[in-house]
Order: sequence, then C-alpha cells, then structure tokens
Amino acid sequence: MSMTPFTGRVWKFGDNIDTDVLAPGLYMKSPMAELARHCLEAVEPRFAREVRPGDIVVGGRNFGMGSSREQAVMALRELGVAAVLAPTFAGIFYRNALNLGLLVLVCPAAQEIPAGAQLTLDPAMASARTETGKTFACEPLPAHLLQMVAEGGLLPHLENKLRSQQVREARR
Amino acid sequence: MAQPAIQPMTLAEKLVARAAGRDFVRPGEVVTCKVDLAMMHDSGGPRRVAPMLERLQAKIWNPDRVVVISDHYVPAVDAESAGILDLTRKWVKAAGISRFHDMQGICHVVLPERGHLRPGMFVVGGDSHSPTGGAFGAYMFGVGATEMCGVLVTGEIWLRVPETILLHWSGRLGPGLAAKDMILAMCARLGMDGGRYQAIQYAGDTIAALPMQERMTLSNMAAELGAQAGLIAPDAVTAAYLRSVGVPDDTIGGEGWQADPAADVAERHDFDAAALAPMVAAPHSPANSAPATEHRGTRIDQAYIGACTGAKINDLRMAAAVLKGRKVAGGTRLLIAPASTRTTAEAAADGTLAILTEAGAILMPSGCGACAGYGAGVLAEGETCIASTARNFRGRMGAATSKVYLGSPYTVAAAAVAGEIRDPRDMLAGGGAA
Repeated sequence: MSMTPFTGRVWKFGDNIDTDVLAPGLYMKSPMAELARHCLEAVEPRFAREVRPGDIVVGGRNFGMGSSREQAVMALRELGVAAVLAPTFAGIFYRNALNLGLLVLVCPAAQEIPAGAQLTLDPAMASARTETGKTFACEPLPAHLLQMVAEGGLLPHLENKLRSQQVREARR
Repeated sequence: MAQPAIQPMTLAEKLVARAAGRDFVRPGEVVTCKVDLAMMHDSGGPRRVAPMLERLQAKIWNPDRVVVISDHYVPAVDAESAGILDLTRKWVKAAGISRFHDMQGICHVVLPERGHLRPGMFVVGGDSHSPTGGAFGAYMFGVGATEMCGVLVTGEIWLRVPETILLHWSGRLGPGLAAKDMILAMCARLGMDGGRYQAIQYAGDTIAALPMQERMTLSNMAAELGAQAGLIAPDAVTAAYLRSVGVPDDTIGGEGWQADPAADVAERHDFDAAALAPMVAAPHSPANSAPATEHRGTRIDQAYIGACTGAKINDLRMAAAVLKGRKVAGGTRLLIAPASTRTTAEAAADGTLAILTEAGAILMPSGCGACAGYGAGVLAEGETCIASTARNFRGRMGAATSKVYLGSPYTVAAAAVAGEIRDPRDMLAGGGAA
C-alpha cells in the first residue's frame, strides 16, 4: 500500500461497530473471501456487495470493539478498504489493524464527514479533505508504524528486515 | 546523594514494571515486557500462527511457556471444524507443547483450573476475554494472532503502561444477585469504551467477599468495558483457589501484589452493592443494561447458560437455586453448556446437574458453543434469547435479526421457567445458593 495521498468514497458507520458484525462468527471457519461477503452485513447489507477497492470506512467511537479476531481487519482488507477513520478505536482492533497493514487513523471529528463523500486522505500529513474542500485533522501515526502499514503489516515488515540483514551479511 | 523517593505504584504498574525488568514505570511510557505465559485457542491459535511462523522460518521461544486449549470448534460439527482441530493437535505435538488441553472446556476457565496462573504473572492470551486472568492478580490481556506470532518468536511484547481506573464496590450483595449484575451495572454507567484500553482494578469489601469464580466474571467482562486488563489484588480467597487446583504453596506468592496506598489512579468510580437490583442488558450492547423489572414480560425463545462468563460451577449452582423443583416453560428451551469438563464433574458430584436436567435443561458440550455463533445452539431469524454470556452484539449468536438479552444465571434460569424475563428474586424466597 502506498502512503501517498489517495481518494476514496466514504462508507459511514456509527459508534461501537463490533468485531462480530465485521467478521460474523457463523462464517469464521469459511475462507476469507466468503467471510468478507458478510462483513458488516448486520448493519449495512449493501456494504460488502458495493464497496470498491480504495473506499474509506468512517466510524464512530470505539470502532472494532469486541473480539481479538484478526479476521475483523482481514475482511476489510479483503474488500479493498484503504483506511478506517474514527474518533476512537478499541485497543485490540487498533493493534491488529496496524499489524495487518490496514491504515487506521484517529480522527476526532470523523462523524462530521458526510456519507458518500469523495475523501482525499494524506496518510503522512494525517489529514483528510472532502471534494467540497472541508478538511479533517487526524492524529499522525509515528513514521515507523506508517512504514509498517505501507509494507503490508508486521509480517512483511519482518520479512523485509530479515532479507536486508541477509543481504548485508552476504556483502561482508 | 539522597536516595530517590520510592515511587508509589498501582497494582497494574507493579505487574508491568516487573515484566519490563524495571523498578518503576509511569502511565504512558512504552515498555517491552517479557511474557511469562502465552495462551492460545483453536480459532486464533495454531491455524493462524502456524503459517506465519513458517513464513518467517521461526521457532517458538519457549514451548514450556505456551498453553493451547481447544474450545471454539469443539466438538467438531463438520469437515471444516474437524480440520481445524486436527491441525491444532498435530501442530501442538510438532511444536513440543506439552500444556495442551483438548476439549476440556473454555480457555479462560481451564487455564486457572489446571493451575497455570499465579499472581504476579504477565500473560498474553489469543482471545479478547483474556482479562479473566486478572482475577488472580496476573496482568493478562488479549492480542490478535499476528501479535501472538510476535510473542511466540520473541517471548516479548510492547505495551503502553496503562493508567489505572479504580472501580470500587462497597456493601453486601443481596440474595439473587451476582457478579454479572455488578458488571452489567458498570457497563451501563461507564459504557463500552469507559475502560479506554487502560487497566481496571476492582476493589472494596464487596469484591473481597466474592468467591473466585465470581471475581473471574468481573475480570472477564473488563473486555466489555474496553479495558486492557481487569485486575483484582490477590488475597486468601485467591490462595485457597490456587491450592485447591494443586498449585504448590511456595509458588502462590500473592503477598506483594497490592497497590501502594499512595498510588495515583486516573479515575475512581464508586458503586453500592446493597442498592443493586438484578440487571438485564437489552440488545445489542452490554452497556444497554437496566433492572430486570424494566424488561418484565419480554418473551424468550431460548435461554442459554454458557461461555467463559456464565457457566462456571457457581453459575450452574445459581441456575439450580431457581430451577429446583421447577420446569422450563413450554415453548421455551434452556441450553446449558458447562464451562469445562471439571465444572460438569463438580456439578454431577454435588447434585446440581440433576436439578438442571430434571427441570428440562438440555445439556451441551463444554466449549464456546453458541455464545459467539460458532457452535451448536445458534438462533434463527427473529428469535429472542437471554444468555449468561458476555456479549449481545447484533447477529453474534446466530441470525442477523435475532435478539440477545444478557443476565445473571439466576435471571436466565428464571426467564426459562417463566418463558419471559422476570426479576429472579420472585423465585428465590429462601435466598440465593451460590
């Protein structure tokens, strides 16, 4: 994932979106493509059908509350969601998202972003702008976490690190 | 040069400082902690971490510090769940993990029951209800599978030293009231994010008087308060429980794990146990709780006593206190899934099980079961259930239009008898049994 500015359509949700609506237990043993088809189904049945790669999810307070299941993040990634903006995130979901390469940004005024807006997000500047020019400040992520998200999460990040170590050792 | 003043610390700070190898820590600092124990289950465990470890070509830092418990897909109901369990068993063997409990019950109950927890430990669990371990004075919290993979490779994890939120209870719980009513009242007052991913500590004379299993219910549902951990300082009750499960006296070591009296807490909230009424959480949030009488008359299709939160031995005894000599109402089904095989054995030995089955309860296997919609006992479109579980999120227990109310085992049992929600105290003339 690139960390240069990008534009996506906004899907808007309220407070306390939980992991069980993101990744319903009934489909947890199914392959990810199948599980993702039911992502957020209980609150917005259109979402999984109509969301397009690059779209942006805007949530309310405590986004991702509930289970530690990483599938809650993976389902959003599978559907191509480029970022989630919310005023607060549940702790485990937030760590899972960064570890799996999903851009999550704390945006205090997220609930003022209109549904369906074309939102341009600049991850490095931690700011978002609607097509009408209204801007929304986010809390910046430290550079090393942005880098990890850009690489696709903790595992690819570790792989890259191991590879560059091996290259250095081979040159010695 | 004068000695620096000894920094007073909360229990959470002491536990994190020890694991970080520091004399003291302050809230907000980011520290790296050594993990004493890592617990995984069949859903977020081997089937998720095995491919990651393979990709990194990494080995487990110390297989003796890993506990694996199968509970989500047990017993297998189809080829997929059978495959997940098969993978779990084979991986555990290949990884050299000896502490594996297969189909023995739900991880948060089996872990202490088999003597793996001690006060002072720093523990990660691959499940969001991992704060349950805090009832034993251990700093235990939930992580996702990728973080777990990191722990398995390094034996370490980073964390921001939490602030402490003190939830103080005083007074005596009346008959027919339980820890579940207390935690639902706390969810109603603080909300699902009141814990702000910080550490909660439960304290006060009400907490001190609670048996171990009831304390576990409070710590378990620190997750529903959005906290990272839910701690209770160890005392004689903790030590007696640990002795009863065969933990040697000289390793119990609970003495030092108390907050310093002068330690600063970020927030304090006070609760009065004597004023508490049986609580019911309406769909679709534990924070949507109110006295059971406000939902009196709500018809139910299913009553479910199960999960790490609500099917320990004390929970089954509470249900039996209501169900003794009564029958489940026509048109209503009561499903009971004891939290562990040991719970079932204890309930069989003391006559609890006979009371439950004579009342018409349907006995289910020990495991996570219907609570998260994984196992048997899920709900149809439009059905209503009352459960002793922790979460009533939309669609969690089955179909998207099903509705789940939460209550104590007393309240769930009373609803099963009446076919509708009631204040369970109406059925407990002689007082509670738990």
